[in-house]
Amino acid sequence: MSTNTDTNKYTILFAIGMVVIVGSLLAFTASSLKPNIKENERMEKQQNILYAMGINENGATDIKFIGTDKVAGEFSKYISKQLTVNADGSADENLEAYLIDVKKEQAKAKNGGTRALPLFVGEKDEQTFYIVPIRGKGLWDAIWGYVSLDENMVIQGAFFDHAAETPGLGANIKQRYFMDDFVGEQLLTATGEFKGITVAKGNNDPKNLTKDDYEVDALAGATITGDGVSAMIKSDLKLYLPYFKNLKNQLN
Amino acid sequence: MGLLSKKDAKLITDPLADNNPITIQVLGICSALAITAELKASLVMGIAVLFVLGIGNVVISLMRNIIPSKIRIIVQLIVVASLVIIVDQVLKAFAYELSKTLSVFVGLIITNCIIMGRFEAFALGNGPWKAFLDGIGNALGYAVILLAVGFFRELLGSGTLFGIPVLGDPIEKTGLYSTGYENNGFMLMPPMALIIVGLIIWVQRSRNTTLIED
Repeated sequence: MSTNTDTNKYTILFAIGMVVIVGSLLAFTASSLKPNIKENERMEKQQNILYAMGINENGATDIKFIGTDKVAGEFSKYISKQLTVNADGSADENLEAYLIDVKKEQAKAKNGGTRALPLFVGEKDEQTFYIVPIRGKGLWDAIWGYVSLDENMVIQGAFFDHAAETPGLGANIKQRYFMDDFVGEQLLTATGEFKGITVAKGNNDPKNLTKDDYEVDALAGATITGDGVSAMIKSDLKLYLPYFKNLKNQLN
Repeated sequence: MGLLSKKDAKLITDPLADNNPITIQVLGICSALAITAELKASLVMGIAVLFVLGIGNVVISLMRNIIPSKIRIIVQLIVVASLVIIVDQVLKAFAYELSKTLSVFVGLIITNCIIMGRFEAFALGNGPWKAFLDGIGNALGYAVILLAVGFFRELLGSGTLFGIPVLGDPIEKTGLYSTGYENNGFMLMPPMALIIVGLIIWVQRSRNTTLIED
């Protein structure tokens, strides 16, 4: 190679060439893989929603979603209604509510717009589940989850996930022993006020036997992630309170 | 080793001990602190770096005669960043579960000093085959330390290995816990990784005194 690689001209040309080549390579990969990635994300959402209402292939302590090959079928079998809830508690049928991007809706609400609140109604063994997507902030990045409730807003199942929490610490919100603690916890006080659940340190209840204390046991070393979970439960689930009030009136 | 000449074999074995990237070159400490709270994360990170460093070293080595020296660091950064992003996208499309496990590590791989360090110190001055071996060697050396740190932190901090309880159940008080033993939550904090790495460095240098600088 006899070219002098130290001249300014060469350096600039090299830089331009490199940017063009790398840029098009990345653009090409991104756009050619996009359909596959979208499909995977869609299936993951359905798996998460079904997981929260207890449709999964869990073993004793692990987390296993139902297979990607049958998730679409199971989703249409168990999820009887997909709704968007309005601020006054009424709800409209929306056939693709599961495609609503909670992140975008939160941004809309922040900018003074109205937020579309997706809600999934599932039926299993004669029991009705109301599954709500929630989203918030952990220590490093977003955390989100799906919580399934009964008509009294008692938690029937929960699934949490995160973008980039610390492995071994905050990332453990994705562990069975943390999620399962939420089952049976109440969100409402006896008078029907919304109270939420706090991920609490030192509540002297590591096995989580007390279900009406509005607390679950926190993870060691993951204070901020835990606080994020409490915060998203409080802020996002609260928005559904009018719907559940209406629901109760209808049922009575 | 019949496959590799003595010199080539040294490229792989040296970084495992006497020229270890973490304990001797003190590169890649940041990621070693962040992710070694459990053994599984250590393993995943080790494999990911093995992959990126092996390929990255070859790419840089092939380009070594045409890279303008003024912008070589930028070029190195671009190579490693695009490699990592491409791998991440392919995994997202074809192995979604795996990519979920890797998500945290993607950013950490790009900023891992070992990768830039080996590009700069070795791949820019050596042929592709040698650069490949050097990359594999250093990534293995990195992985060995991560696994050692991860082993102690997970065992003493959570009482598990690869997520499997090995010391009994801390809540039900079975196994070792029935004797009054408790998990040391402190082990899960990043500073403890630094202390364990320090202990490893101590042991290594007292076994091989030539490593001690004045």
